[in-house]
Amino acid sequence: MIPDLGKYSDTVLSAYAASILLLVALVVFSILRGRKVRAEMDKLEQRMSRHG
Amino acid sequence: MIALLLRDLKLAFRAGGGFGLGLAFFLIVTVLVPFSVGPQSSLLSTIAPGVLWLGALLACLLSLDRLLALDWEDGSLDLLATAPLPLESVVTIKALAHWLTTGLPLVLAAPFLGVLLNLPAPGFSWLVISLLLGTPAMSVIGTFGAALTVGLKRGGLLLSLLVLPLYVPTLIFGAEVARRGAAGMETQTPLLMLAGITAATVALLPFASAAVLRINLR
Amino acid sequence: MSITAKANALWEYANPRKFLATSERVLPFFWITSAVCLVVGLTWGFFFTPDDYKQGSTVKIIYLHVPASLMAINCWLMMLATSLVWLVRRHHVSALAARAAAPIGIVMTLISLATGAIWGQPMWGTWWAWDPRLTSFLILFLFYLGYVALWEAIEDPDTAADLTSVLCLVGSVFALLSRYAVNFWNQGLHQGASVMRAAAVTGADTEEKVSNIYFYPLLLCIVGFVLLFIALVFYRTGTEIRARRIKALLARERVSG
Repeated sequence: MIPDLGKYSDTVLSAYAASILLLVALVVFSILRGRKVRAEMDKLEQRMSRHG
Repeated sequence: MIALLLRDLKLAFRAGGGFGLGLAFFLIVTVLVPFSVGPQSSLLSTIAPGVLWLGALLACLLSLDRLLALDWEDGSLDLLATAPLPLESVVTIKALAHWLTTGLPLVLAAPFLGVLLNLPAPGFSWLVISLLLGTPAMSVIGTFGAALTVGLKRGGLLLSLLVLPLYVPTLIFGAEVARRGAAGMETQTPLLMLAGITAATVALLPFASAAVLRINLR
Repeated sequence: MSITAKANALWEYANPRKFLATSERVLPFFWITSAVCLVVGLTWGFFFTPDDYKQGSTVKIIYLHVPASLMAINCWLMMLATSLVWLVRRHHVSALAARAAAPIGIVMTLISLATGAIWGQPMWGTWWAWDPRLTSFLILFLFYLGYVALWEAIEDPDTAADLTSVLCLVGSVFALLSRYAVNFWNQGLHQGASVMRAAAVTGADTEEKVSNIYFYPLLLCIVGFVLLFIALVFYRTGTEIRARRIKALLARERVSG
């Protein structure tokens, strides 16, 4: 599956792991915060419209 | 304008103005260096120009958060903003007062601290010249940082975070002048660059500081 | 308070609404295309490109290092542009887009520094060297940190937008100055930018070329990073707009009792 990376396999794999981890973390945190803020806003808007 | 400058100077010299604080900090940093890297005089004389520059920079940084905060708290900043004097001049005067009370004493103290660190003989004049050229830029940039953070309650740490990256060019060229001077090499290029940066910041940055201060006073 | 609340209400219903609607429509496109480009580009690069005769398999790190570095710089440029738009035209979306972009820039800078360090360890024999390019990126990282910290520190959103915009402008000038200062201060280990040089791409420049085998997957990765950046900026700007709206609504609620 994984191609022969020779003596540098640790180097290459750790670089890919670190980068992909950082990218995924960025996307996940963005989406989590986005969901939370959106839910909060919807709740607030409903409350505001009910109270006028 | 002169009245404002005199007032700022008087305030700085009075108790609580923190006039001697920067100098004392500079001294302490310089004294601590041999403890941390060892007392070998050859090593000390190699790193002396850089250490003295860094010490002066940090001492300058230390006094920045008082630069505008006192005037902000007692409301005199609002008065100054509505005064006929343009805010750009006010900011420049503030920076000048800061330089006279912090930068200039540091420049004058640097040669004595250079003795402690075995600064090579040709380095003394270059150290003083480079600091003399560099500290005005540090005061002006610091005023910009102080104007950015003036309304914040715990602005001190943020101020350092904002200002230190802006000090990088000044530090690089200034320390380079001192280092080359101490090693007896030619110093013209970094000296010109340092002078250029200082001239440009002194000329242009007060406009940014005044703009920022206006936003904060809104 | 009531004046700002009213002003907030005004802009809430004008421009940002349209922005949210548009971004909702185009976001899926950007998410999907960026994912496709990144998956294809990285898979191609990782599995189907040969090792370099000098660098061995570490050449594969280029597919992450170069796009991340590009985006780290372009992100700051984008923040500079949106800050200017905010200062001149006072479009709130613009200021919020700059705020939304900064953390992406931080992550890109981190990826660039991390992959660089990991690659440098076997190639240069050191994790870190005070090379001009590396040093400049570290300084850029500090600028990003200061920018984000200033946003976080200020309560009033309009003041925060103004102050961070000015900081971004001043910071850009000083970042550029630092770049030249650092260049002067130390000659580097880092190779020159070899990706986009025409001669390098066509292979006429044999010294430091990125040959075609590496170039196409790299191009795909760069496109993927750009698209991912756009998607993230759109998405995060939407989040910031909603967060601001929440703040405005709460303020209005407090005012009306």
